[in-house]
Amino acid sequence: MTLSHDVVIVGGGGAGLRAAIAVAESDPRLSVAVVSKVYPMRSHTVSAEGGAAAAIRSDDSLDEHAHDTISGGDWLCDQAAVEAFVKEAPEELLRLEHWGCPWSREPDGRVAVRPFGGMRKMRTWFAADKTGFHLLHTLFQTSLKYERIDRYDEWYVTKLLVDDGRVCGVVAFELMSGRIEAITAKAVILCTGGCGRVFPFTTNAAIKTGDGMALAYRAGAPLKDMEFVQYHPTGLPFTGILITEAARAEGGWLINKDGYRYLQDYDLGTPSPKPVLRSMELGPRDRLSQAFVKEAEKGRTVDTPHGQVVHLDLRHLGSTVIDTKLPFVRELCLSYEHVDPVRELIPVRPVVHYMMGGVHTDIHGATPMEGLYAAGEVACVSINGANRLGSNSLPELLVFGARAGQAAAAFASTAVHGAQGGAAVRAQVEDERRRLEHDLLGRDGGKEPISAVREEMQATMEDGAGIYRSGESLARAADRLHALQERFRTARLEDHSRTFNTELVAALELSFMLDVAETIVHSALLREESRGAHQRTDFPARDDDRFLASSLIYRNADGSRQMEYPPVTITRWPPGERVYGR
Amino acid sequence: MADLITLRVTRYRPENDTEPTTQDYEIPLRKEWAVLDGLNHIKDHLDGTLSYRWSCRMGICGSCGMTVNGEPRLTCATFLEDCAPGPIRVEPLRNFPVIRDLVVEIGDFMRKLPQVKPWVIREEEASIDSEYLQTPAELDQYKQFSMCINCMLCYSACPVYALDKDFLGPAAIALAQRYNLDSRDQGSAERMDVLSAAEGIWSCTFVGECTTACPKGVDPAGAIQRYKFTAAMESLKAFLLPRGTR
Repeated sequence: MTLSHDVVIVGGGGAGLRAAIAVAESDPRLSVAVVSKVYPMRSHTVSAEGGAAAAIRSDDSLDEHAHDTISGGDWLCDQAAVEAFVKEAPEELLRLEHWGCPWSREPDGRVAVRPFGGMRKMRTWFAADKTGFHLLHTLFQTSLKYERIDRYDEWYVTKLLVDDGRVCGVVAFELMSGRIEAITAKAVILCTGGCGRVFPFTTNAAIKTGDGMALAYRAGAPLKDMEFVQYHPTGLPFTGILITEAARAEGGWLINKDGYRYLQDYDLGTPSPKPVLRSMELGPRDRLSQAFVKEAEKGRTVDTPHGQVVHLDLRHLGSTVIDTKLPFVRELCLSYEHVDPVRELIPVRPVVHYMMGGVHTDIHGATPMEGLYAAGEVACVSINGANRLGSNSLPELLVFGARAGQAAAAFASTAVHGAQGGAAVRAQVEDERRRLEHDLLGRDGGKEPISAVREEMQATMEDGAGIYRSGESLARAADRLHALQERFRTARLEDHSRTFNTELVAALELSFMLDVAETIVHSALLREESRGAHQRTDFPARDDDRFLASSLIYRNADGSRQMEYPPVTITRWPPGERVYGR
Repeated sequence: MADLITLRVTRYRPENDTEPTTQDYEIPLRKEWAVLDGLNHIKDHLDGTLSYRWSCRMGICGSCGMTVNGEPRLTCATFLEDCAPGPIRVEPLRNFPVIRDLVVEIGDFMRKLPQVKPWVIREEEASIDSEYLQTPAELDQYKQFSMCINCMLCYSACPVYALDKDFLGPAAIALAQRYNLDSRDQGSAERMDVLSAAEGIWSCTFVGECTTACPKGVDPAGAIQRYKFTAAMESLKAFLLPRGTR
């Protein structure tokens, strides 16, 4: 074992790069490495569009941002975490500004803000509608300044190394050469993002396969609130490409097949020509996606070859607003739908977008396992509760990326343990090497391609664990996933090459996704209430008596599952009714 | 029965092949399919051994650049229908070593990036209590150069980079200019040496292929020309003026 660092960060997106810079700035003696399956600037943060929330205007306050976040999350948020988040978000966005992020501006040169769904004040900073792209490239370019940040670009992490309950590194292989190595560390920070690809129709990039969630779960760390999957109300049919909420924030309308702004029928307010904060099209994503399903049930959506759609109408905004505030929306609609939003309606439907759940962490990004940290979408602190508000995820990955980096650096500075690990760790490395070389690269025969297993897993999740679920649909999904785990073990692998073997990556990703899908379905099955993005047709009401609690799912050493329900931390905002548009 | 179209794909597996070969795959010709959807169809249903990079499938992550019918393109934003009737030739990006199949080695670019110091350089770091003011007009000065997605199409198109791998290349120079032109930055002097070196801007013969190839409307050729003027003025000033007044 020759590769060793004080802190190893898995994933080079927004959270990973922010964490890496935090480690480098915390203690100049520490060696820090970012291990990413893609070049960092390819990470999925790049696809975020609308903006990043932080209260900076004189008419705004931290308490209002906190209340919007907590009510938006249907009171499942950890309120201490939310308070830290809203306090540090402005500082983090200003730091990005100082690092060069090209935020859109007011005429006087101040950073501009726009409205966003579920937010009662204008507080969403934006860089046109490519906010994530600019944020990621700013972070990546700034990270280049720190020569001590080592990078393993296009290395795929397949396993966490654990020594006596303490995480002490990873096993990874380099895509280009196929060489398999242990990379030891005193602390590991997971920053691998979400898992949208467990569903068939998602805004998520191909790389969003829940790797970090599965790595942690397999190592024995709990996943939290996995039943909460966010459907964004406006994805393009077929591709699932996101049309940002900013399109509605700038004044876009959602209309059904009769041209009617149907959200007024779902307790989201009354239509007015100009956007009204926390009302109608600026309601929260869970409520808007649920309204779509109801509208489809009434037969008032539009039938297309790629499913039911409604229309997003931007025509009244005019080309000037569209070209300055929403240029990417126009570009995407023209390329992928042959529709020009200046003149035509955009077909949209709900699409899997974001995972509220993830690796359970405390307010410092620390998991219950010594030496293991997580930040960004892979983690669940939780500031998002049962439903994340749009534009909270970018500040989240900065605030908690920085916090996790600082905490991991402090831990690594004082860790008395050597990072090399003993015989037990060496045995884990050899086991993992054997699994990769013999079970996967060396697999002969096999019945079906892995894509068949993947496609059926995705269909299973949509059927069983979609916007509305029931005990019956979830139990059926659980059975099907169990069978798919078996089928995966005998699926066919045709590529035995060591060089840039993307079929091997796809197989490992599928294996991670199957585990993550099972945690989603089991957590959803056991939460017998409806809250935020988790809507049970057989338990349609929120049940604070039983479920004002996070769900933690553990995998035991024998493969069995175990659940815990610690109560939600309530500081200043007792549970109440979610009110939008009135 | 859907219409079919042929993708003629370059294959290269260094463990087996001494040089690249081509392989034809028949795929459905669907209106909404990009070339990338065709490759994914091959990967999932016809041949699991084909290797290529992709991720966002919405033209922003920069992973899926390849040579399509001889031109450097993002395969997620190049549609089968526009290439009909085929066969559509899909090759790796030019001017880079090929790792395997459609995957090229871009380590050279990744090593050049830090050389141009693509970060804000300040004489004094301000506290983060407030933002640096920047008017929309000041933002417009550098905005287009900040739109580069590092997809490498410009390097693939550049005839200078084809001959001289020491050339910094279009994206790296445009990125340097992105910071030079940013009103918050004070580091243009620190970037001058690398940009003004023989392998910097002066290698460019202003063919403009980079700007034509760019899928994001960045104008690297314009950035290079503009910097040539800046660099010429700086050297003229250095020649004419006593040290203190520069």
